[in-house]
Amino acid sequence: MKINVKHVAKLANLPLSNEEEKKFEKQLNEVLSYVEKLNEKDVENIEETNQTTGLENVTREDINTICFAQDEALSNSKKNHNGMFKIPKIF
Amino acid sequence: MSLNTLSLKQAKEGLSKKKFSSIELVNSCLSEIKERKNLNAFITVCVKEALEEAKEADRRIKDEENFPLLGIPISLKDIYLTKGIRTTAASRVLDNYIPQYSATVVKKLKEAGGIIIGKTNCDAWAHGSSGENSDFGPTKNPWDEEYVPGGSSSGSAVSVAANMSLASTGTDTGGSIRLPASFCNVVGLKPTYGRVSRYGIIAMASSLDSIGHFTKNVEDSALMLSVTAGKDPNDATMPDKKVDDYENYLNKGVKDLKIGIPKEYFSEGLDKRIKEKIERSINLLEARGAIAEYISLPHTEYAIACYYIIQPAEVSSNLARYDGIRYGNDRSSFADEAKRRIMFGTYVLSSGYYEAYYKRAMQVRTLIKKDFDDAFKKVDVVITPVSPTPPWKLGEKTSDPLAMYLSDIYTVTANLAGIPGISIPMGLIDNLPAGIQILGPHFSEGRLFQVGKAVEESGL
Repeated sequence: MKINVKHVAKLANLPLSNEEEKKFEKQLNEVLSYVEKLNEKDVENIEETNQTTGLENVTREDINTICFAQDEALSNSKKNHNGMFKIPKIF
Repeated sequence: MSLNTLSLKQAKEGLSKKKFSSIELVNSCLSEIKERKNLNAFITVCVKEALEEAKEADRRIKDEENFPLLGIPISLKDIYLTKGIRTTAASRVLDNYIPQYSATVVKKLKEAGGIIIGKTNCDAWAHGSSGENSDFGPTKNPWDEEYVPGGSSSGSAVSVAANMSLASTGTDTGGSIRLPASFCNVVGLKPTYGRVSRYGIIAMASSLDSIGHFTKNVEDSALMLSVTAGKDPNDATMPDKKVDDYENYLNKGVKDLKIGIPKEYFSEGLDKRIKEKIERSINLLEARGAIAEYISLPHTEYAIACYYIIQPAEVSSNLARYDGIRYGNDRSSFADEAKRRIMFGTYVLSSGYYEAYYKRAMQVRTLIKKDFDDAFKKVDVVITPVSPTPPWKLGEKTSDPLAMYLSDIYTVTANLAGIPGISIPMGLIDNLPAGIQILGPHFSEGRLFQVGKAVEESGL
């Protein structure tokens, strides 16, 4: 299989130049052909491991804890308006 | 002897006996940082804050207050959030980010009396094995500045090796503590997944990230872990496991302890000189009563492939939040390695490829984990190299990502299995350091310190 860099860059919302596309196409496909090594291994009926703690459904009491005040939450944003984050137009 | 060369233990003793002050200790580290600025170990040095805190620490020491790290300067990988102190993850995306809160570990270190002397350089977002992927320029190896210090926690390892701080924190997702520890001749601990809180530490790959540290010796590593370990309600991935009294393990010796030597870690590709050094270390442990035997971890050959699917998949998800709206700059500020990992991860998770790559990798992860579960039924610890080669020259692998990834071959397995590992210095090869890795079952950090101390005492 082969990675279509233009397509995945779009999915990941990453702006790329033409030169970058070319460079990454080569590098990513090299890595891809390396990881295809896993195809050698028969994995039929083997469970998946997505974490190693064995913990499930970790919950806590539903009580308020300290959270940011409005001005703290906004302190790193470049654009805000009336105490809210200003975001680019979506529609 | 300069104060900055002291171990944590020695510094604590000197401070409490008032042989010197915290101000003097902090100043000796600050002047070393200035002296060796060309190593590029720090992104931010907290001169003013550190000196103020040192003044306060001296007052508290005078009042006979006793805390494990009171008055001792420690550096933090610049991926640990520090309230009010810029935190960049060594990426231009966050070059103006001032966190509104501190990581749990930072709070714990401060509560123990530690002084944050600065934020260390690293591969951006912890992506890298050499320290060269930093958007703030590469860190250099203090043993020879033409060589890489290892990554991703490059500046943290260098800050301890070059006596700029007495200990430093790092993160280890696939070897990012153990590899630079090995390349810089310091002790590097990757604790069990879930032993130390990940809260407030910029996430790389959330099922693999381990929060550890660098110290000058094994005893200090145990001391640091006793400060940082333990349950945190803000990290839901921490088993409720009692924190051992790690200091108790230090002088237990290795008599009758069973050491497994996995033959897959000693095959082709391993530098002959590293192999000889490890064999010598094992012989010295045997002379102290340990019993060594060859074992097999049969799925080792799939580890890098498995890791370089799971890790970028999780990276692509974690880095999706950086949109430049609430904080930081927009996605055009990501540099090459982050872009590669985001795209690769996006690909292996995308519709039509998920089963072929990501799902299969999670299945192989089960096999790799089982290899270790089986091994630890027979042996107490497993001993391996940390790196297949000694440090390489700056620039040597930067245009070949795959070659760079392959240098993680002996370290990624511990992250996939969630087990702890420690890198201990075992001397120099052509004037550059090499480390030995000790791996143990989940939550066996005490045993790693026990064996690590014996390796250290063998006088390598």
